[in-house]
Amino acid sequence: MAEPAIVTERLVRTFRGRRSPATPTGAPVVALDGVCLQVQEGELFGLLGPNGAGKTTLIKVLVTLLLPTAGRALVDGLDVVRQAPQVRERISVVSGGEHSGYGLLTVREQLWMFAQFYGIPTRQALARIDELLAVVGLAEERDRKVQQLSTGMRQKMNLVRGLLPDPRILFLDEPTLGLDVEVARVIRAYVQQWRRERPGRTILLTTHYMAEAEELCDRVAIIHQGRIIACDTPAGLKRAAAQGAYFLLDTERLDGAGFLEALPGVERVHAATLDGHTEVRLHLRDDGAIAEVVAALARQGRRILRLQKVEPSLEEAFIALVGRRLEEADQPT
Amino acid sequence: MSVTAPIPRVGGLRRALYAVRGRAYPRVVGAMREPSWLFYDIVLPLLGAVAFVFVYRALGAPPRFTGYVIMGGATLAFWMNVMWNMAAQFYWEKHQGNLELYLAAPCGLVPILLGMAAGGLLGTSVRAVVVVLTGALLFQAPLPVSSWPAFAAIVVLGLVALYGLGMVFSSLFLLWGREAWHTVQLLQEPVYLVSGFYFPVRALGPWVGMVASLIPITLALDGLRQVMFPGVHPALAPLAWEVGGLAVLAVLFTVLALRVLRLMERLARREGRLSFRW
Repeated sequence: MAEPAIVTERLVRTFRGRRSPATPTGAPVVALDGVCLQVQEGELFGLLGPNGAGKTTLIKVLVTLLLPTAGRALVDGLDVVRQAPQVRERISVVSGGEHSGYGLLTVREQLWMFAQFYGIPTRQALARIDELLAVVGLAEERDRKVQQLSTGMRQKMNLVRGLLPDPRILFLDEPTLGLDVEVARVIRAYVQQWRRERPGRTILLTTHYMAEAEELCDRVAIIHQGRIIACDTPAGLKRAAAQGAYFLLDTERLDGAGFLEALPGVERVHAATLDGHTEVRLHLRDDGAIAEVVAALARQGRRILRLQKVEPSLEEAFIALVGRRLEEADQPT
Repeated sequence: MSVTAPIPRVGGLRRALYAVRGRAYPRVVGAMREPSWLFYDIVLPLLGAVAFVFVYRALGAPPRFTGYVIMGGATLAFWMNVMWNMAAQFYWEKHQGNLELYLAAPCGLVPILLGMAAGGLLGTSVRAVVVVLTGALLFQAPLPVSSWPAFAAIVVLGLVALYGLGMVFSSLFLLWGREAWHTVQLLQEPVYLVSGFYFPVRALGPWVGMVASLIPITLALDGLRQVMFPGVHPALAPLAWEVGGLAVLAVLFTVLALRVLRLMERLARREGRLSFRW
């Protein structure tokens, strides 16, 4: 069996906290708290978690930008502390919201510059740049100055930069952060295609978009407060969270769904009202509890427009594991 | 469309040279695409020099003093380039997110710093020549060169030492945040004074001159003035000593830059100072 592409063993990273009168030396902030992971070669592995969970810190350690406080990390079998230069030969990293490079250069010049840092000869670099720009739909912008690009175009260019050196392991840190749906779709599609094109290409993707993790990843680790709290395939995570029953219900407009939460057998309710009707996602203890919900709505005089039993989503798995929705977990506690 | 063929990559010295070229490129191209440098790097240094030209003329100083001032104005461009575009550059690179990409690249930071230096050197040399020619034409300043080999040795050693010092500073600035900006400003004006940009540095006394000689531009400027006005320039030290001093500084700062860069890179990775986002 091939060696794993990425291994972390009890990885810890702390930062010095802000100084305050109460803590004059600054209380340490634990960003990674004993992270143990194995990513197999050829895998597209997702790291899912709210802001501040430790996703970016983990990537920075793995791409040799940050030393771990304790523990060990191997990338392609190489120690990220002692063999950093060799690790850098094998990897590439793209972050969401990146504004790297120089605005005065054209897209093609900028990408050529980065290709030089990887030792790619000019002729081959320019040919590959043109190919990749065409793939991500940026061919017509190749002679445009970087400073004139939109956010989406810029992120496509950043993805091309990451792919140029043909890395064995590609780190994508929230690559679709803040992008519109169409650009995010193009980026996701090409990421999948790139990995399939050659066996052995490995991707570690961090995201806090559930759908992205579900669509792209072979396996997903959920990271929360610096710890990996679950790691499995998206289906496996959902199965683990699948205790009980999940229903999707459309009803005439509800001004509040709190009364449903009080019903026996109802675990969780999430309601969203739009265009005069309310969509309610229900997590019930078992199928039988739906009768109570239907009766309660009838008592309120609300007609049910649709009722469907659904599989739990990754979001439901996340809630089951973390205890809160991802958006709520983003908020400071 | 698929992009499946492996891409060829070179390593070692060839890659380092590619990286130097790659990082120098935006410096050179940027200067051509942003003609504001004509004002900031030629008009402004000349304006500073013009005041001194008129002072010297009003005092009835010999014409060589106009030459002193023009040479000072030209070398000023190098000092500004080293301070703003070398020393403080890693701060800006960090701000833009470039620094972490540079470090994650396999070429390492040294070729990237050398590329910054090479690009800056090339652009600044053009500016310095334009300043000298413009000043000489405007003020009919005599700028003779008595020994081209000595002139070339001073220029080469002075630039190596100066950009080596810039590399040392840039490594230190790797750990600093906004302080980088203030430090550059703090260093700028005093160096204008103690390096004798507009007057022979010996006027400050031999001790101040010796201390100021730790800044390569002081020795280089004094050496150039000796070569251009032999026998009449009140030199800080004999020419051979100054050339030797520049050679020592060139080696010292180059070695120091490489060591400090490695040390600072490790410190920055330990402290988490390479990025604003974790």
